[in-house]
Amino acid sequence: MAMAVGEIEALIKAALPGAVVNIEDLAGDGDHYAATVVSEMFRGKSRVQQHQIVYAALRGKMGGDLHALALQTSAPE
Amino acid sequence: MTDPVHAAIQDQIDTTPVMLYMKGTAMFPQCGFSARVVQILNHLNVPFRTANVLEDDSLRDGIKSFSNWPTIPQLYVKGEFIGGCDIVTEMFQSGELETLFAEKGVAKPATA
Repeated sequence: MAMAVGEIEALIKAALPGAVVNIEDLAGDGDHYAATVVSEMFRGKSRVQQHQIVYAALRGKMGGDLHALALQTSAPE
Repeated sequence: MTDPVHAAIQDQIDTTPVMLYMKGTAMFPQCGFSARVVQILNHLNVPFRTANVLEDDSLRDGIKSFSNWPTIPQLYVKGEFIGGCDIVTEMFQSGELETLFAEKGVAKPATA
């Protein structure tokens, strides 16, 4: 029921080429993460849409294998 | 929309100005993320109703497919999906949430 940081990062980067992804393991248990994702693909999109793009990249693992992934998304400045 | 659970959710968000789908209740949240959103709504003094997804598996799955959003809590204001815990927290910290409630006319009048 846990995912490695590398696995999460790989899934996000595969769906969002060129994205800058920063993942922190909050509890050290492989189950509670915080991620910052900066991608050009987020430009002009609402926060809800941005998060939905990341969730889609994680292919259904969010809410399942991955219990907690605090997300912060933005387009590059 | 033929899914009866989706129809029930649609009805709920249409008739309730601020509707929070959460784990537990406002008095006894059963998840830290749900608790945080309750705390923010209370802090902003906004009247809201909650639905406990832990009491109803069909709602727990239904709200996720309805919003195309994999996690709980989920906040709806005037029928519009605002987001989950991260977005609500971010909007609260930037002051956007308060502005949104004021614009939608759901903020309680200040009691001096």
